Amino acid sequence: MADPIIKVVNLWYQYPDSDFWALRGVNLEIQRGELIALIGQNGGGKSTLAKNLNGLYKPTKGRVLVEGLDTKQVPTHEIVKRVGYVFQNPSHQIFESKVWDEVAYGPKNFGLDEEEIKERVEWALSLVGLQGYEDTHPYDLDYGKMKLLTVASVLAMKPDVLVLDEPTTGQDHKGRWILAELSKKLNREGFTIVTITHDMRYVAEVAKRTILIANGQILMDGPTRKVLTDIETLRKAAIKPPQVVQLAHALRDKGVEIDALTVREALEQFKKILKK
Amino acid sequence: MEPIIKVERLAYSYPKRELVLYDVSFEVQKGEVLGIIGPNGAGKSTLCKSLNGLVPHFYGGKYGGRVVVAGMEVLKHTVAELSTKVGIVFQDPEEQMSGLALTVWEEVAFGLMMLGFPKEEIIRRVEEAIKQVGLEGFEKRSPFELSGGQQQRLAIATVLAVKPEVLVLDEPTAQLDPIGKFEVFSVIKRLAEEGSTIVVVEHEIEELATFADNILLLDQGRIKAYGPARDVLTQVEKLKSLGVDPPSVTELTYYLNKELGTSLEVPITLDEAIKIYSEAIGVS
Repeated sequence: MADPIIKVVNLWYQYPDSDFWALRGVNLEIQRGELIALIGQNGGGKSTLAKNLNGLYKPTKGRVLVEGLDTKQVPTHEIVKRVGYVFQNPSHQIFESKVWDEVAYGPKNFGLDEEEIKERVEWALSLVGLQGYEDTHPYDLDYGKMKLLTVASVLAMKPDVLVLDEPTTGQDHKGRWILAELSKKLNREGFTIVTITHDMRYVAEVAKRTILIANGQILMDGPTRKVLTDIETLRKAAIKPPQVVQLAHALRDKGVEIDALTVREALEQFKKILKK
Repeated sequence: MEPIIKVERLAYSYPKRELVLYDVSFEVQKGEVLGIIGPNGAGKSTLCKSLNGLVPHFYGGKYGGRVVVAGMEVLKHTVAELSTKVGIVFQDPEEQMSGLALTVWEEVAFGLMMLGFPKEEIIRRVEEAIKQVGLEGFEKRSPFELSGGQQQRLAIATVLAVKPEVLVLDEPTAQLDPIGKFEVFSVIKRLAEEGSTIVVVEHEIEELATFADNILLLDQGRIKAYGPARDVLTQVEKLKSLGVDPPSVTELTYYLNKELGTSLEVPITLDEAIKIYSEAIGVS
């Protein structure tokens, strides 16, 4: 296997002035091109881990290597360039008065020339589908588009890894689908994606690998199918799998051979079962 | 029997804006749970605010039609008068905190003190409201030390303490993690079972399906479907065309019937689905 793009070695983390360990011995390797969901209850350590991945937080003990660079030894701006972080609340991230300026902010800070800035802004806006909104005030966008704008702003810095912090929270169903499709599209474009989420339908539809975090530790880490169907472990973390997974689980208990994560999968399998 | 909420041909626009509600009519009976669903921007929150008078008294704007809650016509009564009849809980728990109370107990008592209730009555009501949302033992904690789910239950308790005739919940679980959602839904379900009249806006339709009596589907300010929860949620193609996902088991069964030509009963909850599929496969 190639060198991981991110390597987390026995990571322990304490917030300043706290003696509580928010992360307790996390080990993790992320390969280039992965699409990962980080799930678990609030306070379990998801965001703390994610913020250690982009150098915003530095390990109290242990190490985080981003493309081989130790986040403790390299300036944060070098790490942030490689790992972009899209915050949960768009209004915590937006501060320019035009969509174009908002997306141009990062590239400008990198000291890129006008031509390159323009190219990146157009590229980022087209990836998220916000062309035509260049002159709009960010706060005149609806909540779903505001979220897309924050994704574009981070994309414009061309990170290799994109961390999405609860992208579908507060979105309606349409907004959820748009973000699910966008995650898959960006992954196909070559971005490595780590999504923090409570949205199990998003996890089932989008993520290839799922990591469950509770009490500062990794409770499960594996293919999404394996994690979302381990109902016992999910129950311990008080997480409900998607409704079709629960249906399949109940029917498996009665001897029906079915294993579906999504409505589409369940539909195909029930067709076969009921045709018999 | 006279309904507790009667909305007749309500139309509304915020000042200098286009209409956000057009010709909206519905009724809620005592003890009923009405779920309101629809995409963001449909007018769901505006509709909630029209029930306690924030629309139009606080926001102004153009208003047509009539809203009557617990016998009071909203247009003819102040928000303060209506506040004892309609309790409203919003999405973000922290923003609803008074910010003045040091403890959970004080937070619940705060509204009652403002309303001038006698001390013994306040003590009695605070205790009862805290019990209703399952926050016993947290009375002396700071509201800001609570988890999101606990804070939202506290917000519900502060509203319940006033004993409104109608409880309006505007996306009460949207910002919560799974435990928080579970806690808040448990409280809502218990209140519903005990006979509270509830209007709840929710995107978590699979949960809503387990306790809503009626559902109103709103899109671009207009009612697109309204009736018993089952009738609305099984209109799969209409819901999906408006960008609203019906419960997964509902969608699954609808398409299965369509593609396979079967006529399975279409479930709206997981429990119904397990029963229907067990019977269809012959494993029950």
